[in-house]
Amino acid sequence: MFDILNSNWGVLGTGFLTTIECSVIALIFSTILGTAFALMEISPIKWVHAVGRVYVEVVRNIPLLVITMFFYVVIPKYVLPITGFAAGTIGLTIYTSAFIAETVRAGIEAIAKGQMEGARSVGMTYGQAMTQIVFPQAVKVIVPPMGNQFINLVKNSSVLAFVSGFDLMYQGKLIAAATLNTFDSYIVVGIFYLILTLPLSYFMRYLEKRWDAA
Amino acid sequence: MSMIEFHDVEKYYGKFHALKDINLTIDRGEVVTIIGPSGSGKSSLLRTINGLEPITSGKLLVNDMDLADSKTDMNRIRKDVGMVFQHFNLYANKTVLDNVTLGPRLVLKKDKKEAEERAMDLLKMVGLDDKAASFPSMLSGGQKQRVAIARSLAMDPKAILFDEPTSALDPEMIGDVLDVMRKIAKQGMTMVVVTHEMGFAKQVGNRIVFMADGKILEDSTDVADFFANPKEPRAKEFISKIINH
Repeated sequence: MFDILNSNWGVLGTGFLTTIECSVIALIFSTILGTAFALMEISPIKWVHAVGRVYVEVVRNIPLLVITMFFYVVIPKYVLPITGFAAGTIGLTIYTSAFIAETVRAGIEAIAKGQMEGARSVGMTYGQAMTQIVFPQAVKVIVPPMGNQFINLVKNSSVLAFVSGFDLMYQGKLIAAATLNTFDSYIVVGIFYLILTLPLSYFMRYLEKRWDAA
Repeated sequence: MSMIEFHDVEKYYGKFHALKDINLTIDRGEVVTIIGPSGSGKSSLLRTINGLEPITSGKLLVNDMDLADSKTDMNRIRKDVGMVFQHFNLYANKTVLDNVTLGPRLVLKKDKKEAEERAMDLLKMVGLDDKAASFPSMLSGGQKQRVAIARSLAMDPKAILFDEPTSALDPEMIGDVLDVMRKIAKQGMTMVVVTHEMGFAKQVGNRIVFMADGKILEDSTDVADFFANPKEPRAKEFISKIINH
């Protein structure tokens, strides 16, 4: 196992960094996109609500690999050439955004309707009531399940391996093929994923505890 | 001078006919109590006045603004018409002081210092100036409701709607809330109060409206006479039940 690490340090390092890069980009954009679709889902305007609902239902019921392949194969053929890394990161962003939308929507809906009515009754706009009263309370409900989505996102970034994204999983596959030591190769890759996901998992648990105490 | 005018108002929730042919004019300075059995449309009627529930048809004027007109700015109306809820609806993430100052600061664009001075005066009036830094979760029901009244007053409204303000309170808390409401009534505030507190209706109210099945069955400015000689059978039945109770 240490042989694998020693002789492939550089390759694994690049893969590790690529996985981090993809995860961070997808995390930022899926959070923005997911929150936007969550706000659409709870909108009192019927067609806006419908667009949000359809997006979430369609996207979260298609496999991640299918969405990613669409961007890897179809988009370069008909629209513009993009790399495997870009296709994978876009696919991951869109896929995760649907789950984040559901998490955010559930969190906002968990805040009693009376909070919104109390704010509206003094003349605050919908936006003011959301940002001042509802959203700050919803965040505490949203963060724990959001942590799970982020951990899933990091693990799902391994989809890059299917589209030559040069991530951790991709490099692991190459090393396994080159050294024929598949067992050790995948154990090393697994450990690298744990280095990313375990701290995330503990951080989320810490946040949850701190908020429960407050 | 009329403050609130209902003309032939109807309200449906889907197929359910919640308000039937409502005609009611409330003048400035009137303290109107609305009573009736549950499900009679009292709360629905109240909630249409500040646009929390839209009406289905008819005309509803509040402070000379037409609520059914899509061009009417609801936030303008809500600025002028405060509301006190059965379950308080205080902002759980804000202190008592912030609960009272947030509306004036965001909606009336008052500066922080001015809003806080006014808020402290109001909190003193409701007897809770020592709780300014507390969060709502640390208060009793009666205290929460008094903060909610202060929050509503901080907007300097022209009228305040009370939706069963004492129904969620422990009996020993009700007196303090009613005392505050009595004080506001004395200052000449227009008040529309949905309540089961017949004592308040008799002592403070200067008009009583009895509702059943979505209709206004009695409307009297002689409150004592209404309780002594109800005309409608439904009102008779209702009053005999609460008095024998």
